[in-house]
Amino acid sequence: MITFQELKRSFFISLWFVFLTFPIMVIRVDSIEKTVQWRWMNMLYVAVGAFILSLIFRYMMRRKEGQSADDDEETSTSDQHLIHRWLTVPRYRNIIYGVMLTLALVLPLVFSTYQTSIMTTALLYVVLGLGLNIVVGLAGLLDLGYVAFYAVGAYTYALLYHFFGMSFWIVLPLGGMLAAVFGILLGIPVLRLRGDYLAIVTLGFGEIIRLILENWGEFSQGPSGVSNIPRPSFFGIDMSLDTALIYIYYLMIAFVIFTIFIVNRLQNSRLGRAWVALREDEIACQAMGIDKMKTKLAAFSLGAFWAGIAGVIFAAKTTFISPRSFTFIESAIILSIVVLGGMGSIIGVIIGAMVLILLPEYLRFLSEYRMLAFGAILVCMMVFRPQGIIASVRRTYTYNKKETADGEGA
Amino acid sequence: MDYFIELLFSGLTRGSIYALIALGYTMVYGIIGLINFAHGEIYMIGAFTAFIVATILSILGFPALAIIVLAGLAAVVWSASYGYTIEKIAYKPLRHAPRLSPLISAIGMSMFLQNYVLLAQTSDFLPFPQLISDFNFMEPVAHIVGSTDLVILVTTTVVMICLTILIKYTKIGKAMRATSQDRMMAMLVGINVNRIISVTFIIGSSLAAIGGMLIASHIGQINFYIGFIAGIKAFTAAVLGGIGSIPGAVLGSVVLGLTESFATGYVSSDYEDVFAFSLLVLILIFKPSGILGKADTQKV
Repeated sequence: MITFQELKRSFFISLWFVFLTFPIMVIRVDSIEKTVQWRWMNMLYVAVGAFILSLIFRYMMRRKEGQSADDDEETSTSDQHLIHRWLTVPRYRNIIYGVMLTLALVLPLVFSTYQTSIMTTALLYVVLGLGLNIVVGLAGLLDLGYVAFYAVGAYTYALLYHFFGMSFWIVLPLGGMLAAVFGILLGIPVLRLRGDYLAIVTLGFGEIIRLILENWGEFSQGPSGVSNIPRPSFFGIDMSLDTALIYIYYLMIAFVIFTIFIVNRLQNSRLGRAWVALREDEIACQAMGIDKMKTKLAAFSLGAFWAGIAGVIFAAKTTFISPRSFTFIESAIILSIVVLGGMGSIIGVIIGAMVLILLPEYLRFLSEYRMLAFGAILVCMMVFRPQGIIASVRRTYTYNKKETADGEGA
Repeated sequence: MDYFIELLFSGLTRGSIYALIALGYTMVYGIIGLINFAHGEIYMIGAFTAFIVATILSILGFPALAIIVLAGLAAVVWSASYGYTIEKIAYKPLRHAPRLSPLISAIGMSMFLQNYVLLAQTSDFLPFPQLISDFNFMEPVAHIVGSTDLVILVTTTVVMICLTILIKYTKIGKAMRATSQDRMMAMLVGINVNRIISVTFIIGSSLAAIGGMLIASHIGQINFYIGFIAGIKAFTAAVLGGIGSIPGAVLGSVVLGLTESFATGYVSSDYEDVFAFSLLVLILIFKPSGILGKADTQKV
């Protein structure tokens, strides 16, 4: 199947990459000691890697082209993922939900607290992913400063406790609301802009929030962060560290279910359909009488609300927060989750979060390559499978001939 | 007064560096309507390549002038190659995809390149050798304007003039302008649009590499993360001047450089980046098309 021509082409591509990566990969200099280190082995890795990857790249490109050349009708049905088809059958759906819920509930009893804690983190990212999914996946607004709202939530709890001694349960909705207010305040000016400007402004906003937290020492305790944040209480019962972590885990499960419920309802609501319509064509949408500004603001502030709540829980879980937890990298991770899972698809986001958060935890030796892989994932997903692992199902209207005929006859 | 002039020159120096990077953004945006997020990383790779080559050459005992020229050349060659390759891998397959797709791909590329340099080189700040020695004739004003500032200003001006000539009077420049006005029409009159896009990436990346080398020798240290902030700021400058417009990018960069310089000089240096970002938000609210940009009307 692989012709000589192909091999020759890949060979030249691999030569090109050897040249390209030569200064960065092979040479390492120390300008103080005045020594040069030549790492020729890296060159070999690059050559072999580029050769294989270029073959795969071309194969995938051809497959993609073949797919898009197929009849539209066919792709739309075959593209419906297995999981989605299962979920449309109520019996299967209940079984799947039941099994997932049982597994989730049993987990802390079977595994150690450490594992449970990691799982809590993953669930936190599920919530963040679902929140960003509203903004990016449904409404099509690329928000690169999502972490800013997360920071607002976390700092709301930390500082309200620090200054006024307010408890977790009171701050939980407050944090969400404050984040939503920030979302609206930022949204009013910037949502008028086109998509790509929005991306940059939100990126800038994320950085501004972080820099303010870092530099305004009297308010946020600066780069050293806020420590000794209490964990959530349960009717005033004192809990050991282990129980507290397990408690937060169950809290998180409940919260994830709540989020899924709300997002699912939203997706199928009038508002949700307006988001999708707006994502596809703004002008047509306005012509249909949808208030562009209001609809976008709703998406933006709802997304922010979830990030705010997740932030409060994050602060309560780690008991320590500092501006370093809220860098652009965090936003990028959440975006990777949404893109990998499939923009607009709830199950996709859950799977995306599990894969991207749990995998690096268990493959520790790979953890330094984590961000490299995230970057590569974003590019590859966009090039080869823009709809994500699990593509969201489009609402379609099936035209039923018989019914119409009956209607006319009556 | 001396302080004012010092700030003025440091603002102009900053501005001209931003301009070198902003031009890459603006040119790419003008031609394919994409914000090339990875552009800041190309600048960073340019600085790294210059650093590596300059260090090797200085160990080998080359004279100062040869080091500057060869390091600059290497930075340009490699950055241009990176720019070309990135376009082929991450953007070209997405030419007809929805607007969000190439943007996400660009962010991914930027993350990938940052971590690639981090893993292959180091996460520490590396001391960048001072490539430009102090000129004797600058002695009387050295406390206000450094020799490096002068070199940066002169280099940038020369590069800008060359670029203007290239775009205004050469055949390839004409083809670039045609492509940016209407890609389909350009294709119909026989312009190889793919080639023009590649050339744009190559030119933009080369300018970024020159900027990378100059600023690295000005600040004196480099790190894998320098491209991120520089990239956002240059983008701010490009938007400020009106994205897609080449004189706009230069003007926007100078305005941004001066704003930052005076704000840090007279207000507070802690919030240096906050000023830049606030300026960006303000422009986008009040004049989204920028100083020299044309308001774009959307046809249905």
